[in-house]
Amino acid sequence: MSLIRRESLMSAFIQTKELKKYFPVTGGVFRKKVGDVRAVDKVSLGIDKGECFGLVGESGCGKTTFGKTVIRILKPTAGHIYCDAPSDKMEEITKLENSSQSSHELKKLRKQYDLAIFGGRKLKHVRRRMQIVYQDPTTSLNPRMLVKDIVGEPLAVQKIAKGAERRRRVIEMLNMVGLTERHLYRYPHEFSGGQRQRIAIARALVTRPDFVVLDEPTSSVDVSVRAQLLKLFQKLQSDLDLTYLFVSHDLSVVECISDRVAVMYLGKVVEMAQTAELYREPLHPYAQALFSSIPIPDPARRRRRAPLKGEVPSPVNPPPGCRFNPRCDKAVEICRREEPDLVDVGNRHFVACHLLRG
Amino acid sequence: MGPAVKELKFILSRVEQSPLSVAGIAIIVFYIALALLAPVLAPPPYGDPYMIPHERWFPTPQPPSSKHPFGTAEGQLDIYYGVVWGTRTAFRIGIWVVAVSLAIGLITGTISGYYGGVIDEVMMRFTDIIFAFPALILCMAVVAALGPGLDNVLLALVLVGWPFYTRLIRGEILRVKQEDYVEAAKAVGCSDLRVLVRHILPNSIYPVLIVATLDIGAVVLTAAALSFLGLGAPTGYADWGQMINYSQNWIWSAAGNPWQYWYVFIIPGLFIFTFVLGWNLLGDALRDVLDPTLRRR
Amino acid sequence: MENLLSIKDLVVKFYTYEGVVEAIDGANIDLKAGETLGLVGETGCGKSVTSLSVLVLVPPPGKIEGGRAILKTKGRSFDLLSQGDSFLRGIRGEEISMIFQDPRSALNPVYTVKDQVGEVFLHHRLKELCERVLDGIEKDLSKGNSLKNFIYRLERKIYRTMLKNPKSFPLKILSRIPLVKWYQRRLMNEVKKEVVRILGLMKIPDPERVAEMYPHELSGGMAQRVVIAMALGCNPELLIADEPTTNLDVTVQAQILELIRELKGKFESSVLYITHDLGVVAELCDRVAVMYAGNICELANVMEIFKNPLHPYTQALLESIPRPGKEFRTIEGEVPSLINPPQGCRFNPRCPKATELCLQRKPVLTELENDHFVACHLYAGNL
Repeated sequence: MSLIRRESLMSAFIQTKELKKYFPVTGGVFRKKVGDVRAVDKVSLGIDKGECFGLVGESGCGKTTFGKTVIRILKPTAGHIYCDAPSDKMEEITKLENSSQSSHELKKLRKQYDLAIFGGRKLKHVRRRMQIVYQDPTTSLNPRMLVKDIVGEPLAVQKIAKGAERRRRVIEMLNMVGLTERHLYRYPHEFSGGQRQRIAIARALVTRPDFVVLDEPTSSVDVSVRAQLLKLFQKLQSDLDLTYLFVSHDLSVVECISDRVAVMYLGKVVEMAQTAELYREPLHPYAQALFSSIPIPDPARRRRRAPLKGEVPSPVNPPPGCRFNPRCDKAVEICRREEPDLVDVGNRHFVACHLLRG
Repeated sequence: MGPAVKELKFILSRVEQSPLSVAGIAIIVFYIALALLAPVLAPPPYGDPYMIPHERWFPTPQPPSSKHPFGTAEGQLDIYYGVVWGTRTAFRIGIWVVAVSLAIGLITGTISGYYGGVIDEVMMRFTDIIFAFPALILCMAVVAALGPGLDNVLLALVLVGWPFYTRLIRGEILRVKQEDYVEAAKAVGCSDLRVLVRHILPNSIYPVLIVATLDIGAVVLTAAALSFLGLGAPTGYADWGQMINYSQNWIWSAAGNPWQYWYVFIIPGLFIFTFVLGWNLLGDALRDVLDPTLRRR
Repeated sequence: MENLLSIKDLVVKFYTYEGVVEAIDGANIDLKAGETLGLVGETGCGKSVTSLSVLVLVPPPGKIEGGRAILKTKGRSFDLLSQGDSFLRGIRGEEISMIFQDPRSALNPVYTVKDQVGEVFLHHRLKELCERVLDGIEKDLSKGNSLKNFIYRLERKIYRTMLKNPKSFPLKILSRIPLVKWYQRRLMNEVKKEVVRILGLMKIPDPERVAEMYPHELSGGMAQRVVIAMALGCNPELLIADEPTTNLDVTVQAQILELIRELKGKFESSVLYITHDLGVVAELCDRVAVMYAGNICELANVMEIFKNPLHPYTQALLESIPRPGKEFRTIEGEVPSLINPPQGCRFNPRCPKATELCLQRKPVLTELENDHFVACHLYAGNL
């Protein structure tokens, strides 16, 4: 059981507990299940209201899957997602969970706050509060829909506004992202990459959500547009009181925009801390290797650190024990047997590594 | 509607560039005109306009003359009248069969592709069954069971044709289903129906429409083959395939001059050929225009 | 140092439905032998087109309308843009090699790694391989019995013909007959040995096994190494790398950059490295060329460029690198459409220091100080 021991669960706006998302692997003529891709494997994270939480890792680590599972685009295989539960209720839930008796009380609380088991109308209603901006604006916008319909659709589906009111809100949203009314009657392919991403942002924010997952939103656009978009994200966060989950493999971008950052590897969180502290002094061997691989735009500071050996293993059959142990040059016996828990080593800096305990 | 007009202009310019496309469109336009003007070009003298008139009864076909511009077939059926009204029949066959097959295929293919799982498997087995038979043989068997007649031919063609559309649409839907914008629509809370109608279908239907236009020609050809085998329209009906069927005895007939009665089969044959060609070229043109990968924007 | 490749006044236009895209408008680049030159710029600035032009591989509707690309090799200089097709085919893969952004699409999914990397050797090193095969046959001849010797002598005859005239007609026929084709196994063995050797140089673990794999079985980093193996197989003088690590994870990117550094030393090639990532440029390159909207704005030593950027675009680009704690600086405006590019200096609509002259005349790339070239009117007075 890897529960995060935190001083206060109070302020967490989104709290996941042992969230799992497995994808079945089928094989054979009758497509029997032969295994699971363990994309997200028992991740417990808390995201505070109003913060920008960065989630980094390389391809295949599960960060995108995590982001999509948290807002229920994907249905979790197991685990809980508590959204906007008042602090006293959260305390109660934690107490009941720890007491390991299955209780009626717990079930009732979960029914009310646990996103993972919502369905039907309840789920549809909560969707207006959580949205996602995708990586590639070319594929995330329907090429045969006009901008006004793309941005207006959430309002229609969630029955928030009709007719003139809807139009007004759409225009308002477009203005907020830097586009204008005359862009309403155009198709996505008539815009540049940066503008398309703005349309995608407008679509995500038009229902005035509280929580937005940003899935590599600047990876598909140019360097100069990147800065514009990051500035826009910051402005929108303060104007609309948003909470972000910023998923990215671009460590330098995450460094600039996030308040806290978590590093994922093969479906698990290996380290999590305040941004400055994490980047200055990563503790987990993988995080260290990761941060030292970032090319620094300053030729005077060329690194000659030996790069990380090997490649990321497949998430279908993760190595036993600590998942990083085959590539870790500091691995010891226990690393091959037991999975380390995520432990607070001070100042809300969490690491999952046997070498750093005690 | 600025963007729609721009699209149209772009489409027209692409079409202009390819002479074959222009030819295809011209042919189809010609046939449409022919079909619409049939009552004017070949006024029906009595009764059912689709029954080709004949004044006399002798079996030998007569060559083209001032009275019968394309000559007469066996039984003095006027070939000119036959091919003109046959255009209407051809359109009726082609469009009806393709429309119904498309409709059935759309529904089954969409459900199959979108929901997957057991429904998909079962549906694919159904289509497999039909694909197992050679199309023409199956048509013949169905018509033989139901009895000859144009309506039964149409039914048989639909029966043989719908699985093709099912597979096609299912394939396209499988592709579109996993696009990000579909997922984004679901993330907003769109119902399945809305996702299908507003997002998936508009993006998957174009290749299918292209194939459908090509198919119109193919269907007419198959119907003609069935008529030739005697399973289609009754004798004297204005149907190109029927006319060729009826001219069986006169193809390469006369001892010294095999081409003596050429007008009996060449003329209807020519109409079939150019009709199918027109649709093929039109389908190609549509594909060139609508295929996003070939565009240079 | 000698200039290995000089691109002078390159002009490339694309004739599209919407109009004529003036993709490259007089680009000048000098690449010295043995150096790594970084070509930096945003999407659409023309850096990929420039590299394709060097190999005359610009796809239609693009056309190379002017300029020269002078390659100095084997003691002679050639203008690549005015050479015939067969000459160019001899150059591609042999003197100049290119690797692309997406290793998956650079590899043919139906051929094994051995086949694809081997193809390079078969095309450019056939004589060498034949000689090795013949040596092998001689050894076998001295050991074998009379029946085997008969076959060996036959093979020797075939390989001698291949050595002299690889395109001879009888050989072509022989190579198609199913059972007779078996003589090729010797050649393929030699090819495989070469492939395994070069895969080992790429630090690919277990190269014997990897050689038999298909591209879809390889991970991104591995696939990119295979592509690099193909490119370096014949020891080219110039390696053009078009954003080879953009699609890769950052740790894999670090591995590949380290590999390129090592190989450059071992193979003594020059590298033209195209990227939009200034961090990679700082890590890898000796000199840097900055490109904007089809023109080279600045060309200098990498230290110079980062410490003392002269062109306003370079300055803005360096400013816009996100730095923690500092506010995001953006470049005003957007990259212009190249169908109707701005008059004069193409950067003038977005340039904070634009003057009247900038709107009228296009600046020329001129050497300012020590090997530091700028194309900007602001420095015209300093000449």
